Amino acid sequence: MTVESTAAARKPRRASKRTSAAKKPQSSEPQLVQLLTPEGERVEHPDYSIDLSADELRGLYRDMVLTRRFDAEATALQRQGELGLWASLLGQEAAQIGSGRALRDDDYVFPTYREHGVAWCRGVDPTNLLGMFRGVNHGGWDPTTNNFHLYTIVIGSQTLHATGYAMGVAKDGADSAVIAYFGDGASSQGDVAESFTFSAVYNAPVVFFCQNNQWAISEPTERQTRVPLYQRAQGYGFPGVRVDGNDVLACLAVTRSALERARRGEGPTLVEAFTYRMGAHTTSDDPTKYRADDERAAWEAKDPILRLRTYLENSGHADEAFFAELETESETLGKRVREVVRAMPDPEPLSLFEHAYADGNSLVDEERAQFAAYQASFADSAEEGK
Amino acid sequence: MAVEKMSIAKALNESLRLALDTDPKVLIMGEDVGKLGGVFRITDGLQKDFGEERVIDTPLAESGIVGTAIGLALRGYRPIVEIQFDGFVFPAYDQIVTQLAKMHARALGKIKLPVVVRIPYGGGIGAVEHHSESPEALFAHVAGLKVVSPANASDAYWMMQQAVQSDDPVIFFEPKRRYWDKGEVDTESIPGPLHKAVTVREGSDLTLVAYGPMVKVCLEAAAAAQEEGKSVEVLDLRSMSPIDFDAIQTSVEKTGRLVVVHEAPVFYGSGAEIAARITERSFYHLEAPVLRVGGYHVPYPPARLEEEYLPGLDRVLDAVDRSLAY
Ligand SMILES: Cc1ncc(C[n+]2csc(CCOP(=O)(O)OP(=O)(O)O)c2C)c(N)n1
Repeated sequence: MTVESTAAARKPRRASKRTSAAKKPQSSEPQLVQLLTPEGERVEHPDYSIDLSADELRGLYRDMVLTRRFDAEATALQRQGELGLWASLLGQEAAQIGSGRALRDDDYVFPTYREHGVAWCRGVDPTNLLGMFRGVNHGGWDPTTNNFHLYTIVIGSQTLHATGYAMGVAKDGADSAVIAYFGDGASSQGDVAESFTFSAVYNAPVVFFCQNNQWAISEPTERQTRVPLYQRAQGYGFPGVRVDGNDVLACLAVTRSALERARRGEGPTLVEAFTYRMGAHTTSDDPTKYRADDERAAWEAKDPILRLRTYLENSGHADEAFFAELETESETLGKRVREVVRAMPDPEPLSLFEHAYADGNSLVDEERAQFAAYQASFADSAEEGK
Repeated sequence: MAVEKMSIAKALNESLRLALDTDPKVLIMGEDVGKLGGVFRITDGLQKDFGEERVIDTPLAESGIVGTAIGLALRGYRPIVEIQFDGFVFPAYDQIVTQLAKMHARALGKIKLPVVVRIPYGGGIGAVEHHSESPEALFAHVAGLKVVSPANASDAYWMMQQAVQSDDPVIFFEPKRRYWDKGEVDTESIPGPLHKAVTVREGSDLTLVAYGPMVKVCLEAAAAAQEEGKSVEVLDLRSMSPIDFDAIQTSVEKTGRLVVVHEAPVFYGSGAEIAARITERSFYHLEAPVLRVGGYHVPYPPARLEEEYLPGLDRVLDAVDRSLAY
């Protein structure tokens, strides 16, 4: 036997052992911070107590319902060809509304591409989010109006921007905080590791909010990590906490506490919101290729909206009239979104050359002039043809 | 006879299958390449047939993917890595440019880096940002890398074989909007070397040079020009590094005119390199300056503007007319 063939003969055994090990993470399932059970029962947590008025509770419910409605409308619009693509947040409403409502106006948000609920909390008109998915722009809102940064498609990049922004906040002596959203898949990116390093070293007032929705397109979380994600923070020297991402109260309480810690100058926190992406990754994705059917069913039982509704009903914090009114509001929102999207004009061809540079650029000017002349030549020949 | 009609996507899939089958050292690595078969299904069914040890779903980290592929290559493997979309290669750009490209030279030729980096590239599919770019010049500028792009199913099949067998790292740009175009693949007759340009249409008045997604546009332009009595030759470059300047020179010295077409921005693009070299080589044969058609010096635009941005039939014909007017 050659050395090579010996190695080859040995390989399958070792390889198969490794493969099976990789499938079952050794770690025991950590406790989630939870304040509202899937059955809609209010429970207490020693570190994260929260006391919300009936009004506030109804507000959270309203946010989640309207966000879900908006999301469903966008998915439908994609199916009708009005949008090129849509990344649905279905199932992640509690993580986004809970964390989003924990923010103060002067906090700054760095989202990925799925944070429609956080945008809602920031007061960004939801129709503004649709331009980039329709293909009329690459962003479409002024990030400084609502302190809500542009969506970031290259995964993980924005965690470094958030860290740098937070370093700036600290340098300015301000007491606002910064929050960076990313997914469990993105947690594998070097940028995310580097943002953990920088934020820890500079004690930056930033909260890393990882929505672990269990999947990165077709790859389960086990393809990204062998330890629960929140535990990573420890190695960098800051706290990490896992929260029930389908529990809006717990998400609010945990994020609020992490933001306060940042404001006090105590540095970063990693929050892992344990949740589930109920739909496809995007409208281009087909989850039946990689995901078992019963998985979604199990998570549907933990639906973030349903459990708050149960609690509101059982506690008498909301009556039928409230739910009916919200239904009407939801219809109105859906209608408005449809109308705005359908009326959204295509950009002017010459806008191609806008904003490549803040200072202007002679090459762009030259190309714009050539392009304009070329476009005009078609108009001329159309005239001649008449 | 082993001639079969198949799409470029299918040809790549078949070629990868053959590579895995032929050489146990060949590995496929990337995001979603396993069960899903990649977002474009280029690796469809390969994990099922070759197992998770050969077709590897990686963590979502491009630097990690290329960096570990380098390590595996040093250990004797031949990794083929998939970058999901053009705009996502940049987290790996450091590893490709500072490490993958240079290690062979640094080791005075003692080690080889047979890594293929597959990148679906280019626009025309109505995608969101970072899903439509043509960054080939950024790689071609770096010594130590081969940079290629097939334009038809046969080349997709055979160039992938040649790339996998190459002992140099190959950046393999796949024209994503042509994935579903069908063509004949002869799985038995091996075509010419990886870096050779191919004349895909003969002509005598002007030479169009293109590669990847623009070859089809140039063939359509040549056909349209024919109706107006102009005889246009079309060269499919196939390789952007190295470039088969001899083939371009031969064609230009026959036709006297050259237009280079690519989707990437014209500024500092491969057209600039071709124009300069051909001017040096064939100055006295040229009847007109070498013209270039390509993208503008702006970020790749949102989908609803890409028709304006991408060189189409009209823009190519316009350049043909301008060249012939000299
Ligand atoms: C650098 C980079 N590589 C690949 C992609 C393609 N991609 C887009 S989303 C995605 C999965 C992200 O999963 P996760 O971070 O868990 O977030 P989720 O979409 O599940 O919310 C991938 C691979 C990308 N956008 N950026």
